[in-house]
Amino acid sequence: MKLVIAYVQPDRLHHVKQALTEVEVNRMSVTNALGCGQQRGFTETYRGSEFEVRLIKKVRFEIAVNDNFLERTKEAIIKGARTGNFGDGVIFVVDLGECLRIRTGEQGTPAIG
Amino acid sequence: MRLLRRSIILSAMCLAAFPVWAAAQDASGADAMFAVNNTWMMVATFLVFIMHLGFATLESGLTQSKNTVNILFKNTGIVAIGLLTYAIVGFNLMYPGEFSIGGFFGFAGFGIGTDAAGLTAEYSEGYTYWTDFLFQGMFAATAATIVSGAVAERVKLNSFLIFSTLYVALIYPWAGSWKWGGGWLDAMGFYDFAGSTLVHSVGGWAALAGVIVLGPRLGKYVNGEIRPILGHNLPLATIGMFMLWLGWFGFNGGSVLSADPGAVSFVLVTTCLAAAAGVIGAMLTTWTIHKHPDFSMVLNGALAGLVGITAGADAVSVLSSVIIGVAAGIIVVFSVEIIDRARLDDPVGAISVHLVCGIWGTLAVGIFSADHSFVTQLIGVLAYGAVSFPSAFLIFFILKATIGLRVTEEEERRGLDLSEHNMEAYPDYTIFTAR
Repeated sequence: MKLVIAYVQPDRLHHVKQALTEVEVNRMSVTNALGCGQQRGFTETYRGSEFEVRLIKKVRFEIAVNDNFLERTKEAIIKGARTGNFGDGVIFVVDLGECLRIRTGEQGTPAIG
Repeated sequence: MRLLRRSIILSAMCLAAFPVWAAAQDASGADAMFAVNNTWMMVATFLVFIMHLGFATLESGLTQSKNTVNILFKNTGIVAIGLLTYAIVGFNLMYPGEFSIGGFFGFAGFGIGTDAAGLTAEYSEGYTYWTDFLFQGMFAATAATIVSGAVAERVKLNSFLIFSTLYVALIYPWAGSWKWGGGWLDAMGFYDFAGSTLVHSVGGWAALAGVIVLGPRLGKYVNGEIRPILGHNLPLATIGMFMLWLGWFGFNGGSVLSADPGAVSFVLVTTCLAAAAGVIGAMLTTWTIHKHPDFSMVLNGALAGLVGITAGADAVSVLSSVIIGVAAGIIVVFSVEIIDRARLDDPVGAISVHLVCGIWGTLAVGIFSADHSFVTQLIGVLAYGAVSFPSAFLIFFILKATIGLRVTEEEERRGLDLSEHNMEAYPDYTIFTAR
């Protein structure tokens, strides 16, 4: 069992979700996040003064997958999120120790679906 | 269904018009005119009243969400304090009838009340005693509320309320008597149609004093640079500006002190054109010097134009009102930056809009109206500065030295909503800021 964490550009959210649906990955959670990697940031102005915005808006996916779904999940995310520009984002794959479904109490692989 | 609704609305309108119609039927022309005048003055009162909602939303929008409850609380409290103190002492300080010290000070006694004559045209052709009190009372509260934006996000609530009570109960009406109460400035020919000086600069001087005594917000000026603290809700700020503009229809329109069709309609035109010109003036200025047009400056620009025309809305030409408005829009943008660079932290630009443009509007009457002298206008400006700034400074200083004027660092970081009120404005979700 793995937990796939992906940070993508906010306007790629729809494309990533679409791509995941096409490979039958339908269970996920999405949150707003701020982050930066190789992207440096940009300047904004407010009432005459400039300031730097170094943390940039991103969207974060968290998807728990069984091992046999891992490859297609990573590929789908890349397919949906890649634009070739700086700021496309990252994917982290983390080992998932346990997974429980709250409603039924199922554990492990069946709980991930 | 629509027909039913329309007929209900029509009947309601007829019912509402009935009293005026009845008055016009069985009364003389003068009585009818008095009823119409008074009705308009009451409507103007409602419009000035709603400006407080405008202030509340404008200030909320331009400050951080962790202080929103505090802003709303202060704006609500000031209306209450303003009206009540005006009833107890303010009205009779501002309109003493007779001056005990040569056009300089007079007091007609505590409390408000009138006889039967006060309800008729005997009191005034434009309004009853009660309308007079309430309309002017709404003005008093607006002078105090100007300060709340400038001192926002770090002033202590109790100190601020004490300051406001003293300032709106005593200083505003006493100084106001010099002109509107028939005092020495009025005798000299000083002119302030609806309060560029009496309301806006009086509030503005106090805002300046407060900003100086209070000091800037934490993290605003660091290592010699200005770090902007962003307003959390520009749509709210926009609602505020438009509500203030709407209120100005009553603020200036009602200052005609009657429903005279020619005078009121003309004043509304100069008022709106100045506001529009203020928007354009600010827009062009910020677009030029900031590369991108800053919307909060445009909001300030509209208000700057309105403040600028307030001294002479009935005394200057249409073209002059546009010039006054454009100039105010340009002035306010520069003023905000100059004041910021002087390390005076004014979160909403109150000093620039109300003090600087209030002075501009007052002097503009001397420039653009042949009937008024620039020197007299200048004397008035300086006289009000000489009383407003020191008195406000003194009150703030004493508060600072006794119970304290500013919240602690910890309280300021946490936000005044939690520190002063133990509650949140947006408990269902938090808005993150990243710096």
